[in-house]
Formats: sequence, C-alpha cells, structure tokens
Amino acid sequence: MPEVPQEMEKKLNELLDKHIKKEGSAISILQDIQEEFGYISPEAVIWFSKNTDIPESKFYGIATFYAQFYLNPRGKNIVTACCGTACHVKGAERLINSAKRELSLTDENNTTEDKEFTLEQVACVGACSIAPVAIINKKVYGKMTSDKLTREIKALKKL
Amino acid sequence: MNKKIEIKICMGTGGIAAGGTEVRDSFESSLKDRNISAELQMGCDVHKVGCRGLCAKDVLVDVIVNNQKTTYQYIKPNMISRIIDEHIIGGDPVGEWSVAEDYHNFHEKQVKVVLSDCGNIDPESIDAYIAVNGYKATEQVLKNMTPQDVVEVMKKSGLRGRGGAGFPTGVKWEVCRGVESDQKYIICNADEGDPGAFMDRAVIEGNPHAVIEGMIIGAYAIGASKGYVYIRAEYPLAIERLVHAIKEATERGFLGKNILGSDFSFSIKLKLGAGAFVCGEETALIASIEGQRGMPRAKPPFPVYKGLWGKPTVINNVETLANIPYIIRNGAEWFSSYGTEKSKGTKVFALTGKVKNTGLIEVPMGITLKEIIYDIGGGIEGGKTLKAVQTGGPSGGCLTPDMLDINVDYESLAKVGSIVGSGGMIALDEDDCMVNVAKYFLQFTQAESCGKCVPCRIGTKRLLEMLDRITKGLGKEEDLALLESLSNDVKATSLCGLGQTAPNPILSTLKYFKDEYEAHIRDKRCPAGVCKDLLTYSILEQFCTGCGACMRACPAGAITGEKKKLHTIDPDLCIKCGACFDVCKFKSVKKS
Repeated sequence: MPEVPQEMEKKLNELLDKHIKKEGSAISILQDIQEEFGYISPEAVIWFSKNTDIPESKFYGIATFYAQFYLNPRGKNIVTACCGTACHVKGAERLINSAKRELSLTDENNTTEDKEFTLEQVACVGACSIAPVAIINKKVYGKMTSDKLTREIKALKKL
Repeated sequence: MNKKIEIKICMGTGGIAAGGTEVRDSFESSLKDRNISAELQMGCDVHKVGCRGLCAKDVLVDVIVNNQKTTYQYIKPNMISRIIDEHIIGGDPVGEWSVAEDYHNFHEKQVKVVLSDCGNIDPESIDAYIAVNGYKATEQVLKNMTPQDVVEVMKKSGLRGRGGAGFPTGVKWEVCRGVESDQKYIICNADEGDPGAFMDRAVIEGNPHAVIEGMIIGAYAIGASKGYVYIRAEYPLAIERLVHAIKEATERGFLGKNILGSDFSFSIKLKLGAGAFVCGEETALIASIEGQRGMPRAKPPFPVYKGLWGKPTVINNVETLANIPYIIRNGAEWFSSYGTEKSKGTKVFALTGKVKNTGLIEVPMGITLKEIIYDIGGGIEGGKTLKAVQTGGPSGGCLTPDMLDINVDYESLAKVGSIVGSGGMIALDEDDCMVNVAKYFLQFTQAESCGKCVPCRIGTKRLLEMLDRITKGLGKEEDLALLESLSNDVKATSLCGLGQTAPNPILSTLKYFKDEYEAHIRDKRCPAGVCKDLLTYSILEQFCTGCGACMRACPAGAITGEKKKLHTIDPDLCIKCGACFDVCKFKSVKKS
C-alpha cells in the first residue's frame, strides 16, 4: 500500500475520530476527505478502508457515482459553466469553448498543467433567469459573455 | 422630520449576482456618511429580502417611506446617493429609475401563496417571519387540532405534490399516519435537479421558515419525530439560510422537545446531496441519506410503508411543504378556490428562455399559456417568434404556439404529451433547433441514468447516439421510426421515473416538429442554424465594412482581409464557433 505521510495520517486520524463519534456514513467520510484534502486520493481511501470495515470498492462505488467527488487534484481557481436548459439555449457552449481556448484545455483534461485553473460544467445552478451563468471561485456571474469570461480569466492569471 | 423608512434589497442568488451585496453596503455607508439626522438613521431599516421574481431586472430595491413603496430596478451602488438625496431626504422618488409598466404587468396576473412573503421579509430573521403570522399555523395545529384533523384539511384543500408527480398530499399523509411503527420520518425533497428549474431554491432562499413550518405540521400529522431536508450542494445560499433558520426555530422552541408546551417533539437534520439527479427519485433519495449509491429500487413497497431505514416515511417537495402553513391559516376552502376542478391552488414556475421577463412566477392552476408567455413574460424578446414552450424539463415535453389557449394544469398538459413537472418553463424561439433541444435533454438523462436497469442505461445511450448522428447530418430515414419505438420501449420498461420519462422530449418534438428532424436527415440542414456540423459561415459582401472586428474575434485565424475591404472566411480553418457572427455589428456574417 502507498506510504501515507505523517502529516496526512494525523489528519486522517482526526477524521476517523469524528466519523466514529458522529456515526457518519461512507458518503460523509468522503465529503470530509474532500473538504480536507481537496480531492479523494487513493492513499486516503486505502487508509480509511483499512481502519474501518468499509471496503475500498464501496468508497469508489460512491465516489464515482456522485458528481461532486473529485478523484484528481483541482486547480487553484475554479471556473464553472452552468449547462442548464436556459443557459444552453442562451449559448453556454460558446462560453465553455472560449474558456477552453483561453486556458488551453481539452475535453479529457479540465485542469491546466500548472494547476492554476479547473474548468467545470454543472447541470444547473438554478439561476436560469440570468442565463447564461458562470461561476468563478464561488462568485456567480449572470448574463455572461465569452468576452467577459475571457477577461475575468485573464485577470486571475495576472494575480 | 419623523419618517419611517424601510429599504428592501433583493438578495437571492440572482440579486447577489447582479451586485446586491454591494448595493446594500453602499446604502449603509452612504446613510452614515451623509450626516443625516440620527433620528432618520435610526428609523431607517435596510435589509435583505429573497427573490421577488423578476431577476432579469436585478438589483431590485424597494424604498418604503411612510408606507409609500417605490420599487427601483437595475440598481448599482453608484446610484444610491441620488436615491438617498432626492427620495429619502427630499421626498421625491427618482422617477427614471423606478420600475415601469412591464414590472407591473409581470405581477398583475400572478397569485402569490407560496411566494407571498418571499421578497418581502428578511429570510434570515425568524422575527420577520413571525411578524407576517409565521408559526401561527404550528400553534393552531398543536393546540386545537388532532393529527387526523390536519389530514382532513389537507385532503379537502386538494393540494397535490409539486415535485412533479402530483400525488394528493393529504392522501399520502393519511396512508403514512395509518401505518403502525415505533419511528417515522418526514423528508423534504430539496434535490431540485431539473435543469431550468429553480423554484425550490428561491423558496428556501426567500422564506425558509415556511418550509420548516410545513415539515413540523406534516410530522405532527403522520406521527414523525425526525425530519431530513435533502438539499443539493449546488445551492450554497439556500443551505446557509436553511441552517440558520433551523437554528433560530430550535432556539425559539418551534423545533425540539415538547414543541410549544405540547407532547409533540420534532427535529430536523440537513443532508447535502452530492450531485446526482436520480436522487430526486424517492427511493434513490432514501438510499443516498442512508449513505449508499443513490439507486432507486422497485416500488412497492412505497416509502410510506417502508422508507428511510425501513421505517414509514413521507417525502414532500419544498413547494408542497411551503404551501401548508398558508392552507392551515387560511383554510382549505380558501386554497381550493384557486385553480381548476382537479388541480387546486397555485403553482410556481421558473419562466426562462427567450421571453422578455424571465423569472420566478406563481400563477393559479388553469391559467392559459398565453397569459403566462405574453402577459407575464411580456412576449418574446428581440421581436422574434415563439416556436415552443418546453415544460417539465428532461421529463417533459413541448407545447406549440397553436396551443396558447391551453390551461396550464396537470390534466391539460398531460393530454398534449407534456407535464407540469416541477415547474421549469422555457420559451424557445425561431433560433432554437428542436432536435438539438431533444439531444440536450437526452445528454442530461443519459449522463444521469444510474445504470441499474438496462432499458434506461442502454436505451438512453442508443437514443442519444441516434440524435447525435442526426444533428451531424448523418441521420438515416429509418432513424425516425426507430427513435419512436425505442422511446416507447424505454418508457414502458424502465425501473424509475427517470427512465420512464427520459424519452418524453424526443416523443414530443417528433410529434410536433417532425419537419425539423426531416430537414436534418433528408436535406442535411438545420433550419434554425444551431447544429454546428450543418452550418457554414460566410461574409456578405454588401454589408461588410472591413472593420476587422470578426478577424480579431476569430480564435482560429480563419478570417482574413484588408482594412476597409471585404473580409473572407476560410472554411477549412473555420471551427464554427460563431464568434464572428456575434461580434459583427453590420449583420454581414451569414450562417447557412
């Protein structure tokens, strides 16, 4: 099994204590792991599986079922494009394509090599009346245009 | 000077995105800076309110001086000083910034029950809710009514589930009430996953206590002591306000042990969804709360008999629950006076797409589609023509312009192959391709299919592949018949509601827009100019001024031309992104 660094082991032990006290489920363990480390790493899953009676397969079954779990590290800045119906008919695809071009991302790879940006798509954020919507680092932008989105990304690149 | 001044700033997700927080800060600091008499400052109450519907005109601000209300639209922080000087101090509202006729038209035909306090009260203050008779219904129920009385009122009101299926709420409660068990649960389904729908988000953001109160009353009626709210993690603001509201309600004794001195105890826990549309289905939702993959199971047994942890469980939608305090307070007859014979009360819709006034609306059941689109929605934007109204999202269907006189209620929509659903209503115009819209929904359902049953897992995949081919100009004549028969098979044989309704967008567009499918298949043409693979872009000589805007916008370097001379697009380099079309001010870029 992969070596777990000491610092990480300490955090994992804290999560395990919390989990035993709160009678959490496999989902809540995964949510905690993600909250703590930013994504679900194989090391964390294997460690938890060894220290609980939950098999690795169950953790991965859940982590791959729900869209909110990430199996890879994400970028420092998260750009989310809403793909709800209203956004779709008002040009969400164009927003996505221009963000992809600006960040040189492909369909398979949604995080930049320097781990500065991750581009995500979400089914619907429920802000349809101001479609198309993009979310940059948790701030919601309504009536987004390709131009505006590219400008915002460029501004973040300079930081 | 003795004025009573109240300032209400729309701060739902839409309001905040348009700059609501900055507007509020600006009001607060400008009032301080401006050396206004302490007396006036004291009497000036600035607070946030939830969504009042017309998000397209955010930030909306109400300024109420001595009960005289003026509503301003499109407010930005730099406009606040003038409003304070001229209106609050001077007494003259700033006419040019206040809402116009279309704002009033938007509201005129609406009837607000669920949304009556949304946009009016501060959602983060239990006192604001109590001030508008909040928790009176809880008091009334606990002190003067038996659980059976509550069930009778609900049955008499005719309220039906607002999540999509339309099952009578009173009947659901009665069945669960009749099941013997040491433990029962009530779950609020706030996993609003339909793309294009945001009613539940707005209700929770605007009036979370109404939902909590509905749960308390429901729990009392069925005999549950524990409740869960299963809410999407994609709604951070709604979660924040709900957590706050549960805390306030517990502190005030509306939740917890022996509520209001009665022997009824009830508590609520929050469970965050982890991003799976299928979890809106009752049995999948239960599996998810239990910590499993959210896969549905066969029914029966229904959750009212065997639900969460195998115990009797009632699952109600957010909007359904938010109706309940108002029904208890005003009576079943009052509620059933709205609506049609079989569809009582009002329904909240998320009116979006190509209408002028996009936003959240609440209308009596049975209102005509025409009233919604043209009176409330203000018609189609940009002088275009209406092509279709899609209702019910990925489970629903299309209504066409010749159905404008249809009554919007459960039965009438079902008759023409659509559904009320959870309340998404999207207007489409001549620029929307119906095959593309069907493909969009199938992409969604195919990705969200949990994979448990074969018809849904493989059926939606095959349907999507066919639609994909058609939109790329590779469709075959026999695809039309195959699409229809496979759609019917998936509907008939899938395990849960997701698969049973996933083909509806195809069947409905095939029925009403077959000509568009035929154009894609036979002529390899997309009449609306949407499907990329069937488009070519060119520049019209007679309109091109040689400004170079398209050349600068083109990400592929496909446009060339000298300044002030005709520009041209190289079709081999063109990636058909449409950037040139969007940027040209002279309409000289042509899609065909």
